[in-house]
Amino acid sequence: MTTVRVPPVLRGEAGGVRELNADGATVREVMEDLTRRVPALGTRVYSDGELQPFVNVYVDGEDVRTRDGLDTPVGDTSTVILLPAMAGGR
Amino acid sequence: MTTYRELLQRTKSEISEVDARGAEALDGAIWIDIREADEWQEGHLPGAIHVPRGFLESRIEGVVPDKATPIVLYCAAANRSAFAAKTLEELGYTNAHSLAGGFTDWKRNGGEIVMPRTLSPERRTRYSRHILIPEIGEEGQLKLLDSRVLLIGAGGLGSPASLYLAAAGIGRIGIVDADIVDETNLQRQVAHSLETLGTPKVDSAKRAIEALNPDVDVVTYRERLTSENVERILGDGWDLIVDGADNFPTRYLVNDASIWHDIPVVHGSIYRFEGQVTVFSPHNGPCYRCLFPEPPPAELAPSCAEGGVLGVLPGIVGSLQTNEAIKLAAGIGEPLVGRLLLFDALATEFSEVRIERNPDCPVCGDHPTITEYIDYVEFCAR
Repeated sequence: MTTVRVPPVLRGEAGGVRELNADGATVREVMEDLTRRVPALGTRVYSDGELQPFVNVYVDGEDVRTRDGLDTPVGDTSTVILLPAMAGGR
Repeated sequence: MTTYRELLQRTKSEISEVDARGAEALDGAIWIDIREADEWQEGHLPGAIHVPRGFLESRIEGVVPDKATPIVLYCAAANRSAFAAKTLEELGYTNAHSLAGGFTDWKRNGGEIVMPRTLSPERRTRYSRHILIPEIGEEGQLKLLDSRVLLIGAGGLGSPASLYLAAAGIGRIGIVDADIVDETNLQRQVAHSLETLGTPKVDSAKRAIEALNPDVDVVTYRERLTSENVERILGDGWDLIVDGADNFPTRYLVNDASIWHDIPVVHGSIYRFEGQVTVFSPHNGPCYRCLFPEPPPAELAPSCAEGGVLGVLPGIVGSLQTNEAIKLAAGIGEPLVGRLLLFDALATEFSEVRIERNPDCPVCGDHPTITEYIDYVEFCAR
């Protein structure tokens, strides 16, 4: 089971939790499983079979855009971080 | 009983004394000034290394490990250097010479001298805890005093940054902010106070900096950074930007301007309990657009004013930014380039993700498509 880290701005969609579990051998499978389990969150970051462009996805600290995108393999003990930009400074 | 004069004469007869021309003919020679610190500060020979006579025996092997290296020792008038040459000979140095006539004759004959840059006694006291650190020392402190750092925002992140940069002796600090200090700021913006409520944040921050360290020259810009004023503000000459803005248009504007002006940006952002820190080094690493090609939709981009922020969080994140800024200014350590540091205050957990330069980046990529300022508000509202 992969751990998915939910960013603070999307916790409302995830019932307030900081982390969720999802299954899948690739980023695509994890996103599809996440969308089944928590549709409000899943559809925010993944729709029409694509990752939303404003959300960065890291598998074990590596940006999937620099790996194989949605085909990037995900291990059972991997941590997937969903990370949109934050602008706050005050 | 031997007198000083007799000892000096005997020593001079036992060592090699060379004149300026002979000394300059010694290939690859290391020149060592053995005078006291106050004499050194009044000028020395170019390229000379300062090892006061009292430390010569203990330090020479660190300075000149190879005992066959030619060494030219000088003092004021070639007396102390004669004894020093004798000592080096006893330590096994085979090619040590005393400069005839010393510094006095060198200067009288029109030889080139340089004035060392040193800290005043007051500054040496103020920055003593920095100077004690080998990685910083007096040289590093002088670099900090020569540095010019521009702060975008004098709010949550800008507060600790302005105070710690000032305390560190950053020579010039610029602050860009259009806001006025209000009561809701005081929960975290520690550069401001009850006394400065209702005054411009740039003036309030300037007051706090000057109360802490009069060495700092504070330049205030009571305006919001825009495409219209960014060239004027960056044109004042800055080595480094510390970005503590509170909105996406300013973040993208700072990014594009920093690429075009080749100024590193220490980036920090905060929301509720979480913070992000990284360093964007133009063309040596990713930029903000490589990391976040586009901003999130407005409903996913609440500001701290809308969503709240733990008061101490900007203290932590702004201090991490300042740590990066000081390292960059002093030229030490491993900057946070290509790494995004994530901090979660609730879990008290740091994590790090790798970020890479995108060769297709529209601003810093191999074939840029954005080469002038755009309408950043419109870009972030899409």
